[in-house]
Amino acid sequence: MTVTDAAHDRLASVVRQHAGQLAVALMRVTGDFATAEDLVQDAVLAALRHWPQEGIPDRPDAWLFTVARRRALDEFVRADNYRAKLAQLQRLGYGDQAAEPAVSAEPAEDERLRLIFTCCHPALPRQAQVALTLRVVCGLTTSQIAHAFFVHETAIAQRITRAKRKIADAGIPYRVPDDDELAPRLTEVLTVIYLLFNEGYLATTGSPASHDLTDDAEWLASLLHQLMPTEPEVAGLLALIRLHRARADARFGPGGALVLLPDQDRSLWDRDAIADAIRLLTRAARQQRPGPYQLQAAIVACHAETERWEDTDWEQIVLLYDMLLHLAPSPVTRLHRAIAVRYAVGSQAALAELDELGGVLGEYHLYHASRAELLRDLGHPDEACAADRRALKLTANPAEQAVLRQRLTWG
Amino acid sequence: MKYVLLLVETEEFARDLATLSPAERDRTYQRVVDWMATNAGKIRGGGELAPPETATTVRLDHGEPVILDGPFVDGKEVVSGYLKIEVDDLDEALRMVRTWPGSPVVEIRPLV
Repeated sequence: MTVTDAAHDRLASVVRQHAGQLAVALMRVTGDFATAEDLVQDAVLAALRHWPQEGIPDRPDAWLFTVARRRALDEFVRADNYRAKLAQLQRLGYGDQAAEPAVSAEPAEDERLRLIFTCCHPALPRQAQVALTLRVVCGLTTSQIAHAFFVHETAIAQRITRAKRKIADAGIPYRVPDDDELAPRLTEVLTVIYLLFNEGYLATTGSPASHDLTDDAEWLASLLHQLMPTEPEVAGLLALIRLHRARADARFGPGGALVLLPDQDRSLWDRDAIADAIRLLTRAARQQRPGPYQLQAAIVACHAETERWEDTDWEQIVLLYDMLLHLAPSPVTRLHRAIAVRYAVGSQAALAELDELGGVLGEYHLYHASRAELLRDLGHPDEACAADRRALKLTANPAEQAVLRQRLTWG
Repeated sequence: MKYVLLLVETEEFARDLATLSPAERDRTYQRVVDWMATNAGKIRGGGELAPPETATTVRLDHGEPVILDGPFVDGKEVVSGYLKIEVDDLDEALRMVRTWPGSPVVEIRPLV
């Protein structure tokens, strides 16, 4: 990592540390999600303009709040109910003369939880949930989000605008859901974080200026875990993300080529991080409330704990997949189970399981890539090549394409 | 906030309802009556619509008004009734709707 990368990461992490708190404070003053969200974005953009030259201030939270407050006062002067809003600002001690910005005083942690649940409300489309969470909770700019998702900036801006309008017009509340709705709503939040993680994980090592979404995903999961320490699925997702990230250095070889699990140099895995993540997962499992994220983390933990590929405990992995399928049936999970079956039982058995999935997964590149491996195993090189070619057509990921091309050449 | 719940029926639902025995149908209606009673404090009005074949649609966007037989949207899912409700926010509306026994689809629209 170059010096600029380090500076960029530090900047992103300082912004992230304070953006959500700033949003919470502004939400309290303005009572309006859209306004608070805009002010956060303005303050973040100002920080990204000034801090690289001037250095990160001693009190980044105070700096950000001052910018947001100035901007808020400007806004309020223009607003119809200027007097009412100004009075509100003064009353809360956020007036122009206020010496001590209250931003870091005591924004209760659970208010960031409200923020997260509002951003991830099921009445918003998934992509808007993701964009809002990144902007308000993590303090990403519209341009950073657009780059991370390979989408045009105006598309992201539009998504945000529409979502904010819907929050206001449809009466989406700013609060943590009641106990009876908490489980499905939490699932929604976890889905957003997991999606962010996947998006960042699958992206090949990007340009230095590109934002590492896996960083945001881990940070969000750990924030959520801190705010909801007794939710085992939150801990499960955090453990899952950490187990993947602990092995990230082994995923790419020289020149950025993707290295598959059997060929990875396991000495590059971060053993301490793996042990920590497994402890986290074990603590969560003690609650006896299993869920898809805990089980996925347990599967990844099986791999992460194993020193050599040959020693992988495939029977255990198949068993965990069975439990996962019981809780969350999905054709992609069945595909992964079939791959484990290949090593636990044999290629013939695995191929039989895959053949049942052809209908639903016919357009999924990993289905064809896995089939190719099994066919090659079973001595059908021509069919294997055809399957690899099909896989190649179906993936847009350059790293995966490279692996497939290599297999077609040398397979 | 005030919302209108658009109660939407599907062909499948109508078929299922038609095959019910009188006793089962009574029980289904009773569930709707119970739901209405439970949520009476939040309901501000509403009604059941006659079936779509009774609908008449008037188009005013092409000069002279054009009068057409049938509903505006011709499809397998039809609005069969509506309820006006007054609740704190969308979550409260969602909580009400979650237990609605009278139709398989509900669209929640805020009233401006």
